[in-house]
Amino acid sequence: MSEDHHHDHHHGHDHHHDNRYSDMQARVRALETVLTEKGLIDPGAIDAIVETYETKIGPRNGAHVVAKAWSDPEFADWLKRDATAAIASLGYSGRQGEHMRAVFNTPDTHNLVVCTLCSCYPWSVLGLPPVWYKAPAYRSRAVIDPRGVLAEFGLTLPHDKKIRVWDSTAELRYLVIPERPEGTGGMGEEELANLVSRDAMIGTAVAGVQP
Amino acid sequence: MNGPHDLGGQMGFGPVAPEKDEPYFHAEWEKRVLGITLSCGAFGAWTIDESRHARENIPPADYLAASYYEIWTRALEVLLERHGFATKAEVDAGARQMAPATPKRVLKADMVADVLARGGPCDRPVETEPLFQPGDRVRTRNFNPETHTRLPRYARAKTGVVEAVQGSYVFPDDNAHDKGENPQWVYTVVFDAAEIWGEGADPTLTVSIDAWESYLERV
Repeated sequence: MSEDHHHDHHHGHDHHHDNRYSDMQARVRALETVLTEKGLIDPGAIDAIVETYETKIGPRNGAHVVAKAWSDPEFADWLKRDATAAIASLGYSGRQGEHMRAVFNTPDTHNLVVCTLCSCYPWSVLGLPPVWYKAPAYRSRAVIDPRGVLAEFGLTLPHDKKIRVWDSTAELRYLVIPERPEGTGGMGEEELANLVSRDAMIGTAVAGVQP
Repeated sequence: MNGPHDLGGQMGFGPVAPEKDEPYFHAEWEKRVLGITLSCGAFGAWTIDESRHARENIPPADYLAASYYEIWTRALEVLLERHGFATKAEVDAGARQMAPATPKRVLKADMVADVLARGGPCDRPVETEPLFQPGDRVRTRNFNPETHTRLPRYARAKTGVVEAVQGSYVFPDDNAHDKGENPQWVYTVVFDAAEIWGEGADPTLTVSIDAWESYLERV
């Protein structure tokens, strides 16, 4: 099984990558081989984990939460009081979403989420974090120069708009609920969800605007 | 520890580089690292806090040059060796050389959905009442431990306001070092940018951290 597995997953890659990537490819292959030989890991479990985060758990989950909050004031209120339970009621819970908080953008205040110390991110509603979220440029500057960071995402906020940055230093995971765009009064939840990007739920974008 | 991971307020890393239509993975090995890391976490041999501390202990020049999946891989190798599951020599050789320690469980494919759905809640009851309430002014402690902490350098010895009592949770500073979970109350504490960054700070900016009770003193 493990030979087949390695054949499936490891041949033929990385010819176009730099040395660092081919070194990592070899290292990780060796690691997986050793742990599999020892009976410590099941390559099939790895496949299942990857498949989950490639196809099942991603920002559409969060967009559903936002669209529901926009459409249903009772749900929005529940989300403010107990985000973990409100989000779980839509079927989204589990790893890196055990303790959720929803933070609502308002006409006065824009929210932005970061983890300066590592890469804490609400996986259950947004999936795996993008590379930039985990990289030093974002983690270092979000807390000191958020307007500069937002400008690099093409987002310029009014000068008098307050910015609140949430540094995820504990096990609470933050989901930004962006403001509902103007002119969306007649839209249903599904249509609304299409206006909500991953970045809008981190706070590096607003809803309804393509980055 | 004052490691390379504690990045808030550092400068010189250049612009943030969002990638349009970014894929979840940039190479096959990144997928394997995600799966291997989660699978090894299922051994039950170390806590998430110990694994974070292993990442923080990567030498600064290496940490800052590494992608996040590289950081995970390097730290995982340290944990595997420390806990007797696999040595560096074995990974170098790409072959088993010794019997491993016995894990509490091995994650099989048919367990994945349940394990991911369950996650790892770290809220724990405590006997005490919260020392602080929303609206209280608090000052963060000034310390520089060589051990794990979740109080970032930029937020030490700073005065802020408690915004919320968030419940009681495992204390990572102890749990990372096998000293027990020792749960404490956690508070969201908000600081004006001027308190943190001083002259020239953005007057419209506030920054919050989530702080364990022992990080805080009443003002």
